[in-house]
Amino acid sequence: MTLTPVITAHWDRPDLYTLAGYRAIGGYTALAKALQQEPDAIIATVKDSGLRGRGGAGFPTGLKWSFVPQNDGKPHYLVVNADESEPGACKDVPIMMATPHTLIEGVIISSYAIRANHAFIYIRGEVPHAIRRVAAAVREAEQAGLLGDNILGSGFNLRVTIHSGAGAYICGEETALLDSLEGRRGQPRLKPPFPAVAGLYAAPTVVNNVETICNVPLIVNGGVEWFRKFGTEKSPGFKVFAISGHVNRPGIYEAPLGVTMRELLDYAGGMRDGRPVKFWLPGGSSVPMLTAEHLDLPLTYEDMAAAGTMLGTGTPMLFDDTVSVVRAVTRWLEFYKHESCGKCTPCREGTYWITGVLERFEHGHGSEAEIDTLVDLCDQIGGRSFCALGDAAATPYPAALKYFRHEFEAGINQAAELEFAPAASYLFSEATAR
Amino acid sequence: MTLGPEIRAEMEQIKQRYPDPRSALLPMLHLVQSAQSEVTTEGMALCADVLSITPAEVAAVATFYTMYKRRPVGQHHIGVCTNTLCGLLGGDAVYAALSERLGIGHDESTSDGKFWLERIECQAACTHAPVMTVDWEFMDQQTPASAIGVIDQLARGEEVRSTRGPAIRDFTATERTLAFPDDGLAGEGSVADELMLAGLRVARERGMSAPAVGQGN
Repeated sequence: MTLTPVITAHWDRPDLYTLAGYRAIGGYTALAKALQQEPDAIIATVKDSGLRGRGGAGFPTGLKWSFVPQNDGKPHYLVVNADESEPGACKDVPIMMATPHTLIEGVIISSYAIRANHAFIYIRGEVPHAIRRVAAAVREAEQAGLLGDNILGSGFNLRVTIHSGAGAYICGEETALLDSLEGRRGQPRLKPPFPAVAGLYAAPTVVNNVETICNVPLIVNGGVEWFRKFGTEKSPGFKVFAISGHVNRPGIYEAPLGVTMRELLDYAGGMRDGRPVKFWLPGGSSVPMLTAEHLDLPLTYEDMAAAGTMLGTGTPMLFDDTVSVVRAVTRWLEFYKHESCGKCTPCREGTYWITGVLERFEHGHGSEAEIDTLVDLCDQIGGRSFCALGDAAATPYPAALKYFRHEFEAGINQAAELEFAPAASYLFSEATAR
Repeated sequence: MTLGPEIRAEMEQIKQRYPDPRSALLPMLHLVQSAQSEVTTEGMALCADVLSITPAEVAAVATFYTMYKRRPVGQHHIGVCTNTLCGLLGGDAVYAALSERLGIGHDESTSDGKFWLERIECQAACTHAPVMTVDWEFMDQQTPASAIGVIDQLARGEEVRSTRGPAIRDFTATERTLAFPDDGLAGEGSVADELMLAGLRVARERGMSAPAVGQGN
């Protein structure tokens, strides 16, 4: 499958982040078109397009929108999840930096569709440059009458608030994000009720990922038939893939869903020094790892599920044969331990226990029995917490054990660094290190 | 320094962005850090007063989020991503080199108040590994030598530019941006660097493009 730049098509335009630059590529023409339609017609179009959420779970976007009760007299809210913090995920921040007006146009159309008059963009606090680009885009849109009262003479009013987070992975979980946006600790809520019914300030709320929202103006302009020229029946459309790891040309590659990792790897210049792919993850640390034997699978929601993993955020990380799986998994668990919000006991305590045991394997002090103890610990966390962070924490080890059991067995009496010198995985040589 | 009436006035401004005032708490705490380089007890009390909630409720929030510090950060916050991808691809060595050079460890600051060092989690820039941040601005694709070069330049007061953003200011200036994002610096740095353009370049070279948009449905 070929590359198909759509969202990324004009990123080499030096003024793309400005209103003038965005207008020059046809920006805000979808908005004019959308405002001439009934909101329900927009929801129907997005439903028919088959667009699925690009934040990780892949839930159908139009269906999510249709859960919002209409004409209920309550305020409705659109909340954009721009808290991109999943290890490996690095596509929403580039989108916001390069083409913030695509996001704003999508926010206006999406808000119109779900009858929201106030939208929030919750951006993680650690990316000030993305925050200021989006904030500047909002100001320009306000000055041009694209935001505020009576947008383009339609009678539709919308206010957009940019909200800076403060460092918490858990706030990428939509109900934790809502608590955080309400000025509280970011802890997940019990569902149901789902945000579509009781979200921000207990009002009907749609929470969508940045890339998802950026698809909306393109679908409105291009139409359902055009959008479905990309991808598969169950995974239509294009995807901003962010490829990282031991590849020769890491970066952003946009292609239809259904492209294979082998094809993307070719575009990314192959693995460094021609080394083999040892393991890779299709979309973040929360999806089970795959190996070189899976490089020809189509990158779709359904094919990844059939292979026992998930498309996730669609941001593949590839590691070559210099990398110790034990070290990689241990580091991911240290992350989940640090980021567990502490609300649910299995996740809060379990991530500590798993990390402690994994560190023993990394340092060559594991035991045969503990290989199974770890499986048991993961079983105790998965499905036993409010949110998906717990499930995610229980994911890396079982997948790694499935493909690389011998490395954990080696960790019973040999430190990982003896077989896998850390410096061999560095992108720079030791000579240039100092 | 103590928090003057202008800080209270700015907190009131932030409140206006939200239907429910309490939503303003996170940006308000960033504003406190912009004035005092940490979240002080005084700052939490002021937030509580402005929002009509208890200081305990504010403290519960302030201690939950990693970006809020209870000790002064000082002039520059230095972050090194040591999550799996960046760490294993060299972030560990970058962190070790900076730690040795500065003589401090994780979440510690130098005695002259110039640098705070922190092992940070994934910074949403894995394509640009190994990633470092200075006052949360991107410093992409570091080596131990380049990272030490950045620190040395900052120590000498020389201008250092973010690889994808503005010239480095200081920690409190970034914290102010988080409270008031329209800081006039949106035009700094390129729209997209070469890594963000990687796929577009390959598509152009190989004559690949998306199907043209038809007319309507």
